[in-house]
Amino acid sequence: MKIHADRMIVRERQIISQILEGGNTVDNVVRKPLKNSNKMRKREREKLSRTWPLHMMLLPAAIITFIFAYMPMGGLVMAFQDFKPYDGILGSKFVGWKHFEFMFQYPDSKEVIWNTVIISSLKIVFGLIVPFVFAILLNEVRKIAFKRTIQTLVYLPHFISWVILGAILTDMLSSKGIINSTLISLGIDAVPWLSNGNWFRFTVVVSDIWQNFGFNTIVFLASLAGVNPALYEAAEVDGANRWKQTLHITVPAMIPIAVVVGTLSLGNILNGGFDQIFNLYNTLVYDKGDIIDTFVYRTAILNGQYSFGTAVGLFKSAIGLVLIVISYRMAYKFAGYRIF
Amino acid sequence: MYYKTASYRAFTVFNYVLLTVICLSCVLPLIHILAVSFSASAPANSNLVGLWPIGFNFDAYAKTLNNPNFHNALLVGLQRTVLGTVIGMSIMTLAGYALSKDTGYFKSRSIYMWYFLFTMLFSGGIVPSYMLIRELNLMNTMWALVLPVAINVFNMVLLMNFFRAVPKELEEASLIDGAGHFRTLFSIYLPVSMPAIATISLFTMVMHWNSWFDGLLYISDYRKYPLSTFLQTVIVQQDFNKINIDVNELKNISQRTVKSAQIFIGTLPILLVYPFLQRYFVKGIILGAVKE
Repeated sequence: MKIHADRMIVRERQIISQILEGGNTVDNVVRKPLKNSNKMRKREREKLSRTWPLHMMLLPAAIITFIFAYMPMGGLVMAFQDFKPYDGILGSKFVGWKHFEFMFQYPDSKEVIWNTVIISSLKIVFGLIVPFVFAILLNEVRKIAFKRTIQTLVYLPHFISWVILGAILTDMLSSKGIINSTLISLGIDAVPWLSNGNWFRFTVVVSDIWQNFGFNTIVFLASLAGVNPALYEAAEVDGANRWKQTLHITVPAMIPIAVVVGTLSLGNILNGGFDQIFNLYNTLVYDKGDIIDTFVYRTAILNGQYSFGTAVGLFKSAIGLVLIVISYRMAYKFAGYRIF
Repeated sequence: MYYKTASYRAFTVFNYVLLTVICLSCVLPLIHILAVSFSASAPANSNLVGLWPIGFNFDAYAKTLNNPNFHNALLVGLQRTVLGTVIGMSIMTLAGYALSKDTGYFKSRSIYMWYFLFTMLFSGGIVPSYMLIRELNLMNTMWALVLPVAINVFNMVLLMNFFRAVPKELEEASLIDGAGHFRTLFSIYLPVSMPAIATISLFTMVMHWNSWFDGLLYISDYRKYPLSTFLQTVIVQQDFNKINIDVNELKNISQRTVKSAQIFIGTLPILLVYPFLQRYFVKGIILGAVKE
C-alpha cells in the first residue's frame, strides 16, 4: 500500500509539472495513470472477493461432520438388514421392514415407547411451568444482592453431569439415605424413590426439573427485563394491586417466549433423557422407567441385536425430525420466532 | 405504593423463604456429599452425617488418591478434556469465522449452514456410530472420545454470532491492507473476541469433563477410561467385572466416605470453573437466541 501511495504522489507531481509547463494536454496525461489504477483495483478486488480461504477454513469441520454425522446416517440401512458384524454392511442380507414390524408386535418395545412419551411429556409441561413461576417470584425480589445470589446458585446443577448427580441421588434417596431417614424421624413411612415404578417416574421428573429450572429461567428473566416500567406505573395509578399487575402485565410479557419454548420442546417428546435414566434406573423399574434410548443401548450394544436396535433408533430419529420441523413451523406461526 | 401494603409484605416474607429453600435444595446435596467424604467411616456408614462432618479426617481422600485406577482415570479425563477442547475449538473457530461472512460475499455459506444444521435435526443414532468407530479402528483410542464430538453445532453458531458482532470496518480495513482471511482471523478477529472464545472453551471443557457414555461405548479397556466413565462404572453401576482390583481395594472403594470423596473430586473442576462459566453463559444464551 505504501508503494502504491508513493507512486500516486509521483504521478500527481508529474501531472502538475506537465500542466505548468503547458506541454501535453490534460487528457493525455490523465488517461495513463487511470488505466494503471484500474488494473490494480481489479486485482485488489479479485483478492478481496476470493473465497477459497473460507472453503479451506470450513474443510476440517465439513470432513469431521461427514465422517461422524453423515456416515452413521448411511449406516441406518442396517435397520433393513440382518446385520452381522462379521459380514459388514455391504455383505449383510436385506430383510425389509421385518425389524419395524417386530418392534410394533414386541410388548417390551411398545411399553418403552409409552414410557418415553409419558416421562418426557411430564418433563416438558412441568419444565415449562416451574421456570415460569420461578421467574415471576424472582422478579418480585427487590434486593439485588439476594436476587444475584439465588440466580448464581440455582444454575449450578445444570453443569454437573448425571454420573455425579445420579451417584448423589442414589445415595440420598436410598432406603437408609438422608431423605428417608429424615422422613422416618418425622414419623412418615420411607418412600421407595428409585425402586417403585411410579415413584421412579416421579423422581425422574422432579430431579430433571431440579437440574434445569434455574437455567431455563434465564430466557424468562430476559423477557421480563424488556417490560416497560411505565406500564406498572400506569396500572398503579389506575389502582391495580401487585397481583393484578402480575396477571395483566408480567404474565402476558412472558407468554410469547413460553409459547416458543413449549413448541420447540415438542421435538424432544421421544427423548426421555438417556443420561439421567441410565444413571438412576435399575431392573426393578424397567417396566415404568425404561425409555427408548436405554432400551436401544441394552438390546443392541449389550445383547448384540444390532439391526433391531438400529430400527428402534431410526424410528425415534424419524419421528423426532418430523416433530422438530412441525414445532419450528408452529413457533414461527404463533410467535413469529425463527431460528434459521 | 404496592409494596407497602400488608398483604404484599406478607408475600415478600413468604417469597424470600421459598426462594431460599429452593436455592438451598440446589446446593445442599453437594454439601452433604462433601460432609460425608470428610467424616469417619463408622458414622458415615450408619447415615448419621448431615451437613457437617463427624470425626473429621482426610482418610477417604488419601485412599482415593492412592488408588492407581482412580489416578489413571483422572489423568485420562484431564488429557481428554485438554485435547478435545484444543481440537474442537480450532475446528469450530475456523468454521465459525467462515460462516460469519455474508451470503452475498460468500455464496456457498447457506449450503454449508444447512449441511451443519441438519446434523442437529437428525442423527444416525448410537448403533451406526458404534459400528463406524469399530470399522475405523478407533475403539480403545482417545480419538474415539475427541473426534466425534469435536463439532458442536450450537457452539459453532454461537461463535459465528460473536464474530458477526465484530465491526465490519475492522475486517474491511484488514482486507484492504492486503491481509488474507487467515491473517484477518488470527490477527484481528481472535484478539477482539477473546471473551467469546474463552466462554465457548469453557463450555467445551465442561462437556468433555462430564462426558461418560462415549467412554463406556467406545472403550473396553478400563485403564483407558476417563474419570466420568470410571465413576459411572464403579459408583453408579458398581460393575467390578471390567475392572481388575484386589479385595482390599474393593473394600476401600465400596466405603461410603471413599465414594463421596471420588464424587467430590469428580465435581471439583466444574466448581472451579463455575464462577467464570456463569458470568458468561447468560450473555451467551441470549446471543445464541438471536436469529441470524
